[in-house]
Amino acid sequence: MSIHAPLTVTGGKLVLPDGRIEAGNIRCEGGFITAIGDVSPQAGDVVHEARGKLVTPGLVDLAVFSIDKPAFHFGGVTRAALMPDQDPPLDVPARVRFAAQSGKPDFWVHPLAAATKNLEGESLAEIALMRDAGARAVATGRSWIRDSGTMLRLLQYAGMLDMVVVTHAEDSGLVGKAVATAGEMATRLGLPSAPAEAEALAIARDIALAELAGAKIHFRKVTTAAGLDLVRRAKDRGAKVTAGVSPAYFMLSDLALANFRTFAHLSPPLRSEDDRKAVIAAIADGTIDMIGSGHDPRGPEDKRLPYTDSAPGMAGSETLLPLTMTLVRDGVISMNRAFELLSANPAKLLGVDAGRLAEGMEADIAVIDPDRPWIVDSDEMAAAAGNTPFDKQPMQGRVLALFKGGVAVKAKKPSA
Amino acid sequence: MPKASSSMTSPEFTYPEGSAAFPHRGLVGIAGLAPHEIMFLLDEAQQWVELNRHAQKRRDLLSGLTIINAFFENSTRTLLSFEIAGKRLGADVVNMAVATSSVKKGETLIDTAMTLNAMRADAIAIRHGSSGAVQLIADKVDCPVINAGDGQHEHPTQALLDALTIRQAKRAFNGLRVTICGDILHSRVARSNILCLTSLGAEVRVCAPPALMPADIERMNVQVFHDFDAALRNADVVMMLRLQMERMQGQFIPSPREYRHLYGLSLERLAKAESNALVMHPGPMNRGIEIDSNVADLADRSLITTQVEMGVAIRMACLDVLTRKARGLEGWA
Repeated sequence: MSIHAPLTVTGGKLVLPDGRIEAGNIRCEGGFITAIGDVSPQAGDVVHEARGKLVTPGLVDLAVFSIDKPAFHFGGVTRAALMPDQDPPLDVPARVRFAAQSGKPDFWVHPLAAATKNLEGESLAEIALMRDAGARAVATGRSWIRDSGTMLRLLQYAGMLDMVVVTHAEDSGLVGKAVATAGEMATRLGLPSAPAEAEALAIARDIALAELAGAKIHFRKVTTAAGLDLVRRAKDRGAKVTAGVSPAYFMLSDLALANFRTFAHLSPPLRSEDDRKAVIAAIADGTIDMIGSGHDPRGPEDKRLPYTDSAPGMAGSETLLPLTMTLVRDGVISMNRAFELLSANPAKLLGVDAGRLAEGMEADIAVIDPDRPWIVDSDEMAAAAGNTPFDKQPMQGRVLALFKGGVAVKAKKPSA
Repeated sequence: MPKASSSMTSPEFTYPEGSAAFPHRGLVGIAGLAPHEIMFLLDEAQQWVELNRHAQKRRDLLSGLTIINAFFENSTRTLLSFEIAGKRLGADVVNMAVATSSVKKGETLIDTAMTLNAMRADAIAIRHGSSGAVQLIADKVDCPVINAGDGQHEHPTQALLDALTIRQAKRAFNGLRVTICGDILHSRVARSNILCLTSLGAEVRVCAPPALMPADIERMNVQVFHDFDAALRNADVVMMLRLQMERMQGQFIPSPREYRHLYGLSLERLAKAESNALVMHPGPMNRGIEIDSNVADLADRSLITTQVEMGVAIRMACLDVLTRKARGLEGWA
């Protein structure tokens, strides 16, 4: 039971899971949504006036590498799946239990259990114990499991426990030390590169193994036309396959690497323009199930280095919502679909009762203005570091208010 | 008044007076240079070619200036060439070798750059094993930076000295057929030469086995060959690249002798090129592997030692031109 007063958000336009956007109120009590639509605030309620803005579920970010609440709250994120790539890794139950508690009360962290000990891709970690300590799924971490036998046994084991295996799709033999996708840009810059097919190779193997094991598999970032085709075909034949992506892959191509900009050093690396378009098509046709930020704040000690020595990753939570809104404005997806991708589907993968505005769901609610303009400034970000390839770029879409479990989140004051 | 390049009269090679002829702070790569800017540097180098052939080689142009050669990667010939170039122009030249530097102690490249900057160098020549590292330093220091080779990205002074060498022998770039053969994938020399020669109007062919050919290289306006004999047909210049020994032990190439079998430049192979085709190599050579000794030593056709000679002149020209602003030269300050 919450010690907080009930909350009623009034006068908003509710983005509902059934595809409607309707003017109405939403009332929350004890941390849960209790009534939606034609409901009035009761005496003693905290009332938030939404003034005609959109009322949406809080974003569920799958996945992030760091717990960075100011950035999450700025971006409207109320829950995040935490990658096991921590120092030390989330490969034992105690660390998972600690991580699961680490965001409360105004943020929920859903740890992903390391699939293998020390994330080395060799021996299975204590997945069942970590599940009981709060792990919501299993993840291979930043890298792919090279050994096919290990991957099969992982999928069989996780499948038995009804846990999704979240994997990174890049064939490590083909990738080697590459930091870019093979193509004109990598060639001109003289950067070690690997063919984009490294992704399709990894996906093809892992879909085959997942189907063999009868297990659920989620590809955290699918970024190439060939990889997306494999996912599309697997879904068509009923395989338990889901796919995610992050906004960089539908906004940018490898042209962003020009001048060795390490903020554009991502994993997997940015792809060609054709692949960028294929990602947009896959979001439109439903091949891609969710959009996550991959939030990975990195300071100058990791980024102000020669490109090949720099660490991959970007601080993405603040730009997750506005960049997804570009897809709505461009007519690629509907507003309701945007929140399936950002909230409902990742919540479903994690098996949590959140991510939708429906009675009985946890009261994670955002009030947003999808059109409000602002400019990204890497020196002024809420995130722990400003490593974003979208520095100085105009965005549209801002979170005006955020509620976690029906309680207002005191976000760091937006700078713009 | 626009000035025509001394040895070529085609209009695209005329360049303006003063700093407008080379309006760049440093020389990080050939990418970004206009053809007339390349030609300007070649023309500037010409005077130093002649000076270097005299017994008395010293000029005091850069007297009182400090030039640091910061080499984060081993080098003998390029370092020596930069050192001689600076000394012939009267500068105080200091070499920072990697073995004795604090880079080995974990200092970041940026911190090293800031340290060099605080020592008030007037120009820094940098070699580094990572692509883009020289640009990173150039962005942080106040003085001109010359790229002496960064990873697999660029080696602009090598391309300029190669162009100067070719110009002395052939007199025109337009339509010249240049075949570059060897480890194109890992070669900054190849990238800078492709940019430089195509910019000057030459027709560039690259030849390597697929594993040593970078993706989409044809987008750099070159023709791609895997068959060396075909790549040599009608070639006016044959530029051989060094293949590192460790890449011939099975990773990229089964063995050195198999590499020689397919890509070694022998007299018989050279006969497939134009009868007066010239032979070049940036050195150091693997004699008997990518190039046979009797080809490397062809008195009238091998330009390999000329390349070394032109290297000093080109680096003198770069040091002179890039310090003109600091020296307050008329039209450059």
